[in-house]
This record gives sequence, C-alpha cells and structure tokens, in this order.
Amino acid sequence: MNDGAVPAAAMDRSAVEAFLIREADLIDRREFEAWLALYTDDCRYWVPLEEGQADPQHTVSLIYDDRKLLETRVRRLGHPRAHAQAPPSRTLHTVANVAVDPEPADSRIVVRSNQIVAEYRQHRTRLFAGRCTHHLEPAADGYRIAFKRIDLIDSEGENRGIPIIL
Amino acid sequence: MWTMQRIADLVQPGRVHRDAYTDPAIFDLEMERIFGRAWLLLGHDSQVPRPGDFVTTQMGRQPVLMVRQRGGGVKVLFNRCAHRGSTVCSAAKGAVTQFVCPYHGWTYGLDGELLAVPSPAGYAEDGHPQRRLGLSEVPRTEVYRGFVFASLAADGPSLRDFLGPLRSSFDDLVDRAPDGDVEVAGGVSRHAYDGNWKFVLENHLDTIHPRHVHASSIAAANAQDDSRPTDGAGEVGVRQMRQNGAPNDLWEGLGLWVAEGGHGYMGDYHDDEKLVAASDDPVHVDYQRRMEAAYGPARAREILSITRWNSIVFPNVSFMSQFGQLRIVRPVAAGRTVLDTYVFRLKGAPEEMFRRAVAFANVVNGTGSPVLTDDLEVYERLQTGLGADGNEWVDTGRGLGRDVRDEGNGLDRGGTGTSEIAVRNQFRAWADYMTDAGAADAGATGADTAGMAVAAE
Repeated sequence: MNDGAVPAAAMDRSAVEAFLIREADLIDRREFEAWLALYTDDCRYWVPLEEGQADPQHTVSLIYDDRKLLETRVRRLGHPRAHAQAPPSRTLHTVANVAVDPEPADSRIVVRSNQIVAEYRQHRTRLFAGRCTHHLEPAADGYRIAFKRIDLIDSEGENRGIPIIL
Repeated sequence: MWTMQRIADLVQPGRVHRDAYTDPAIFDLEMERIFGRAWLLLGHDSQVPRPGDFVTTQMGRQPVLMVRQRGGGVKVLFNRCAHRGSTVCSAAKGAVTQFVCPYHGWTYGLDGELLAVPSPAGYAEDGHPQRRLGLSEVPRTEVYRGFVFASLAADGPSLRDFLGPLRSSFDDLVDRAPDGDVEVAGGVSRHAYDGNWKFVLENHLDTIHPRHVHASSIAAANAQDDSRPTDGAGEVGVRQMRQNGAPNDLWEGLGLWVAEGGHGYMGDYHDDEKLVAASDDPVHVDYQRRMEAAYGPARAREILSITRWNSIVFPNVSFMSQFGQLRIVRPVAAGRTVLDTYVFRLKGAPEEMFRRAVAFANVVNGTGSPVLTDDLEVYERLQTGLGADGNEWVDTGRGLGRDVRDEGNGLDRGGTGTSEIAVRNQFRAWADYMTDAGAADAGATGADTAGMAVAAE
C-alpha cells in the first residue's frame, strides 16, 4: 500500500502525464538546463543495452549517467564544438500509454509510458521507439525525476550515434 | 578496371588517394583480398562455453557461426544451408543441439555434418554433387589465448606469425587477470557509422584528434564540479573525458609502434595514477595484492608496468587491456561500418574493477556517449568530404621521414607521439594485400601467402 509518503493527488495519472509532456517539451525546445533541473541530485538517466537488463553496473549501456555525468552531458550540448550536434537535431517526443503503478517504490511514483522520438538532422529523419520508466518524487511545484529508463526496441541494433536527449 | 598498378598508385609516400575510401569496386576488392585472406578476430571462446553454444557474425560480408563442439574445440562454419542457401541460424547467440534449416528442414550437427534430410526419397541420389554436403567449415580457425580467429584462405601465415609482436598485447590483456584468464561479460553493444571501415582503425592510433574532436566533452568535463553526486560511473567517465584533453607534451611524448601486417599500438598514454582514483585506491591495492599472490611480486610488477593503450590488429580489431575493451570492425560497404564492442572481466580481480570497465565502455563505446558520438560524426564527415573533387589526396604525411627503429623491440616507432606512422603502416599492409597477385588470382580460396606480397612501391 501507499505508505502515505506520496500524496494521493500526486498519483493522479493526468497530473503525471502532464509532467511527462512538460519534460518532453523542454527537450524538444532544447532547454536542457531547465530539463536537468527536473532531475534529483541522486538521479539516474539510463538507456540499457539489453532487453530486460537487470542493472547498469554489470552490463554496458547505450547511456548510463549519474548526476555528475548528466551535468557533463548537458554542458557539452551547449558547447559550440559538440560536433555531433552542430547543427543540432530537431526532435519531437511523443509520450503515450502513460500508466501509474498502484504502489509507489521507496516513496517514488513509478510511471510507465511509451515514447517515440523523431529526430531530424542533416537531411535525415530517424525514429527512436522505447518503453520508459520514470521514478518521480513529489515536489512543491510538481515532481522531480529520480530515475528515467528508456528501453529502445532497437537498443542492440546497429545504430549510428545517438547524441540527443531521449 | 583496377589493375595492380592503379591500385599500387593509390598509396604514395605521405598521401593516399581518396578512392581507397570511397570506390565501391575497391571495397569489393578489399573484401576479397584483405578480409578474404587475413586472420579475422571473430570473438572469444568464453562466449561459447558449452557444447552447442554459438554466436553468429560475419567475415567480410559472409555470414558465419562460431560453435562450441562436443569434443571441446570451437569450429567456424558458414551460416549457409547446403541445399538452397538459407542461413541455418538467425539469432545473434544461443545454444542448440543441431542446426535446422527453416526452408526444407535439412538438419546439421554442431560440426556441420548433415544429419537428416526430410522426405529424402525425392532428392537426387548418388552422383548428385550436392547430395551429402554438410555446412561448410571456414578454411582455417585458430585460437590465441582464448581469442578465436578465422581465415577464409586455405593457406597463409599461421595466426602466431600473423599477429607477430601484437601477441604481446593479447598477453598483456590476459596476464592482467590474477587467474590468468579473461571472459567476455557485460553484453556486446554495437554501433555504426556511414563511413569507411579504415577510419576507425586509423583514429584509434591518432593522437592529434582528441583535443579537437572531443573539445566539447573535454571542456564540459573540465568544468564539472567533482563534488556532485556519482555512483562511480560519473567518476570514471569524467576522468576519461578530461584525459582526452591531456597537455600537448604528453601526446608528443607517447609511443606509437607499428609492426608488419598493418598492426600497431600506442603506449605510455595512461598509467594507473590516471586510470584509478590513485595508486592508494583500495580497489587497486586489493588488485595488486591478488596479482602478487598469483604471480609473485616481481612478475606482477612487470605485468602492471605495461602502459599500452590501443592496439590495432589489421584489419578488424582494436583493443586495449587496461580497461579490458575490444572492438571488432565489420565493413558493410565503402561508406558503412558496424562495430561490435566487448568488455572483458579479468578473472580473479576485484569485481569493482569490472564495474569500472563497464562504466568506461559506456563512455568510449556507448552509442549515446558524448565522446563516441563526436568520433562517429567525424567519420561521416570524412566520407562526405572525400566526395569533393579538387583535392583527391588524403594527407598522411605527419612525421614522414622521422620514423625511427626502436632497437629495444625491433619495431618502427613514430619520431614523436603525434606521427601519422600508424596510418602509413596500415596502408602499407593494405597495398600489400590489394596488389598480391596470388591473392588476386586465387580469390578467397587461393593458396598463396597473405601479407607476404610484392611491395606496392
């Protein structure tokens, strides 16, 4: 059962969905500093390699950032010689199938969603389809993201570099 | 028509013609004369520990499978049914008791022998040339310290001779395990770029590019507040990004050695002070203790004193021992390349070292890495740029004429650490393979000696 650490209102699916859409919108508008501000100090941002991958420590990942690496990642994206993003990609995130787990985990709201990211850069469009898992902490102005996992359906495929925020 | 002379003319002192990277006919010849003859690394025997375990991969453009035999050895078979030609196995890896073709059910043993043919009466009987064929075995397979190599050529130098002094780079990797053995662990990740396969082999011994290609991740890492939260992954990643921005004199002073066959390695880049938190790092202290227990203090010190960074075994391997990383290069087309990337666990070493190797792999091989993505971007820009007329030559002349013979190991060494000696050496081997008359006449099943060819000059 909800141990009371998470207010019932914070579990509301439409409130959670609105937050995920806001996160997606910040990425697509390339407001990466504001996006980073949505994340907690002990956050993880994770794109696993393998379907159902158990952990990021014993198997490699496409991306596995703790807070320190995520700050570095965002700072790099603002650098004029971030070649893989010069010119930058245009991205469009579509968030769908949002479902809130009935039980919070460690006072965090567990949210599952499907995400399709369209990327346009250098005359090419690519699609990244994945299942997302967010762990959200209620905050005075909404939520903070403690954990975001994106399981791309083609994570083990022969992908060109993925320099964007998924 | 690519005559021997025209091919030889592509490689000149200090420059290479762009056709070597862009021409589809040259690529076809590379698949025949280089990937059709050289020893190619396919994987490591720890990937197939039990009888029936297999992995599928490619040799050049040809589908093959590496399978553990009931008797214990590893065989490399063409992944091609003897009947009508379907692959008999489509998974990247797995375990089977036999291979069954999906088309008409022909069934093969782990050694490729044809075991069963459904509805046999209708097939041509004695005298039909295809009647009793099994899965064909790749002409030659050899294993060096667990690394499985195969060659599509029936004859040629032994693997031992082919590797030459690069054997010591594999030794360096395996010797670093207190138990004297390593295993592939942590998954096999892949990435691709729309550029020529040679770019990545050149780049891994290119010491000038980091501060330019990786300028953004170097700057971002240098500005990173070290007190921010990390679970260890960020620690490893940020340190490596900063190391790419090492001062000029470090790059100029390091060693680049090259060997016969296009191979080469970089030394003196990292030492343990830069790789681990410090030499008093408890994990490193524990590791050193285990190494000394296993090998004795003197031998342990000797093993750990080797500061070799990237090693290249031409034409399909790039690896480095200190973090147990290996990449296999798979050319797809003149302008398309796929890399399979591996991490090794040093058996008997502290588990935390493996976690650091995984964290390191994410930074250097992760498809979403802030470091790797800039390398891949530049490979693609090279391929695009080489389409331009006006200057048809690629400059490989940095340090030309200043290479020196290292009397210590008998290898040629760049006069400085930023010489383009490795590119020149790779192209020397490239021209040898590509203008080898024996190889050209015999194709992939020929009987001549690869790598021993008439010099391109």
